[in-house]
Amino acid sequence: MMSRLSDDRSRAAIAASIEKRRVDTRGLLFRTLLQACLLLTLALLAVLIISVVTNSTDQLGTRLGDFLSGTLRSQSGDDRLGVHQGIYGSLWIAVIVAVLAFPVGIGAAVYLEEYAPRNRFTEFVEVNIRNLAGVPSVVYGLLGLALLVKGNLFGLDRLTGGSSTLSAGITLAILALPIVVITAGEAVRAVPVELREGAYGVGATKWEMIRTQVLPYAAPGILTGTLLSMARAVGEAAPLILVGAISGRLGSDPGLLDLSALTDQFTALPIVITTWTVQSGRDVGFTAAAASAIVVLLVFVLLMNSAAIGLRNRFEKKRG
Amino acid sequence: MTDASVAQPMALTADSLQIAPTRRRREVIVRYCLLMAALGTVVVSALIVWSLVSEAWTFITGVAWADTWGQLGWFPRRGLYDIPTIVIASIIVTAIAMLVAGPLGLGAAVYLSEYANRRVRAWLKPALEILAGIPSVVLGFFALTWIAPNLVGRIGKNTFLVIGVVILAGYAVIAAGVARNRIKHYRGSGAEPSSLIVAIGAIAVLIAIFALVGAWLLNVWIEFAPARAGSLAAAGIGVGVLTIPLVASISEDAMAAVPDSLRQASAGLGARRMTTATTVVLPAAISGIVAAFIVAVSRAIGETMVVFLAGGAADAARFTDSPFEGSLTMTAAMASLASGTDSVVGEGLTFQSLYFVGLMLFAITLGLNVVAARFVARVREAY
Repeated sequence: MMSRLSDDRSRAAIAASIEKRRVDTRGLLFRTLLQACLLLTLALLAVLIISVVTNSTDQLGTRLGDFLSGTLRSQSGDDRLGVHQGIYGSLWIAVIVAVLAFPVGIGAAVYLEEYAPRNRFTEFVEVNIRNLAGVPSVVYGLLGLALLVKGNLFGLDRLTGGSSTLSAGITLAILALPIVVITAGEAVRAVPVELREGAYGVGATKWEMIRTQVLPYAAPGILTGTLLSMARAVGEAAPLILVGAISGRLGSDPGLLDLSALTDQFTALPIVITTWTVQSGRDVGFTAAAASAIVVLLVFVLLMNSAAIGLRNRFEKKRG
Repeated sequence: MTDASVAQPMALTADSLQIAPTRRRREVIVRYCLLMAALGTVVVSALIVWSLVSEAWTFITGVAWADTWGQLGWFPRRGLYDIPTIVIASIIVTAIAMLVAGPLGLGAAVYLSEYANRRVRAWLKPALEILAGIPSVVLGFFALTWIAPNLVGRIGKNTFLVIGVVILAGYAVIAAGVARNRIKHYRGSGAEPSSLIVAIGAIAVLIAIFALVGAWLLNVWIEFAPARAGSLAAAGIGVGVLTIPLVASISEDAMAAVPDSLRQASAGLGARRMTTATTVVLPAAISGIVAAFIVAVSRAIGETMVVFLAGGAADAARFTDSPFEGSLTMTAAMASLASGTDSVVGEGLTFQSLYFVGLMLFAITLGLNVVAARFVARVREAY
């Protein structure tokens, strides 16, 4: 009797606790806290972009054409101040990265995923690539300085002309290489095994199978990875400082397609930004110039990034 | 009879089963080309180690070791290579960066993985990826022109007053929560009224301590003289913003690897989302989250441009352990050495000191990355 009574009572209590509307205060607080983390991050991103853009209106708003065709100057009020030399450097660095890092990186990824035997050596190569991706960019600059500028090992400075666009491009290609290998490897690994077996079934050799099945299927993924690595390489400044990018006045101002200037002294957009930011300490006008150069660089980099992200999302959806 | 009319099948020999020599040759050539590409990455590593060690060795054997410890600061052009100066600066910047990136990145990751629905994720993840794609030199400019004057420079005026108030309010909420639980506990257990009084007294003392600590912190902040130019704090916050997407994406990957069955089991036992997130998903993904933090530390130590631009020191730096002064981190010391003139010049071992610092940096980040890889592998093994 007694137990029946307490049973009823506890049943009533349970029913009440279920039916009663209660607000989960702690859960709501937690959720709000998490949202705040995300919103704060996005707010910082927004502030960054807004502050850069508002700073840049002094230059970009009034003299966009002149700014794009001008050169490095010692006074921020100079009419011929601009980023043309920087655009030349960054453009060719991107091209050199594409020419050197992409084939080698994709080749290495295909070898590791398709050909390499599963043994200690392959494992070592893979671990090595992952570690290379974590090496700070400034260390790659040291490598470029010793190998390409000073020519300590093979006398490569005669080929690259010391501190030149070519040296910078090769240095950044080496920096981008592990990222290309990792992302391309992931894309190759995602190719369904049925496609490979189908190709073998109709008599393809290994390379024919890779060329006709694996590479076309993995192409969007590979392209995404290469675009991301290229965007990263174009935005890097630290290795270029080490390789000896010119931050003061630069004598020559080659046309954008002038190949012979590749072995000359050089600068690049990130270096131009660095220089002007440093100079803004004594000449406030350079703040606007630096912000304008940032806008130019961001347009480059974010276009590449969003192309890569868009491409990936499209194919993820398609293959779902 | 009819057998004879059937055409004799072509004699199938081993030769006709073999592929054409040109095809075979192409296979071999392609294979070796790809092998060369893979070996190229090993060559890159070897070259990095060689270039670092060969120059650093000259420094190690040639430097007067008395000049590398307990000196005034890092003055490479005068032959003073005070290692503690740049190491302490690196540690300060990294610590501040992790204070910023750790909570923000992890919070964003938990929200994206446990709360956000598909549509919200579709917008938020690309936004984080845009942040990840912003070059560090841009963050350096931002840290110098916005973070330094607006966040660090207004310490003692607005920003840190707000932060102080937030921390005080946080203490108050925690104290109130503890008090509520305590009172509930004593009510439920039907203990003596005297023990209730003791509990309330203890809570009052707790609140008083929290209030005192908060007030002391506020006082410290109020008395602090604002820094106008760059400082290690500004650089640290900038580096932190840079590493938020890294922390967020790696820890989100780790949480995504936790099987849904665990979440469903937790929900089936009546746990709320918050309980599931904090007591089931986070512990299950802890290895990946630790890895995310280690990778972020490694990235923050190696970050150059933000520190170089917003660190508040030019060519040389006096020793400092205050985050509100300017100094040179290991990376900024390298960049400033190389950018002072068009090429690295200086007395004696200045050039070699660059490589010595580079070797230290390489060893530290390599060690951190290897440890992080272990943790990531543990997540993979578990699920």
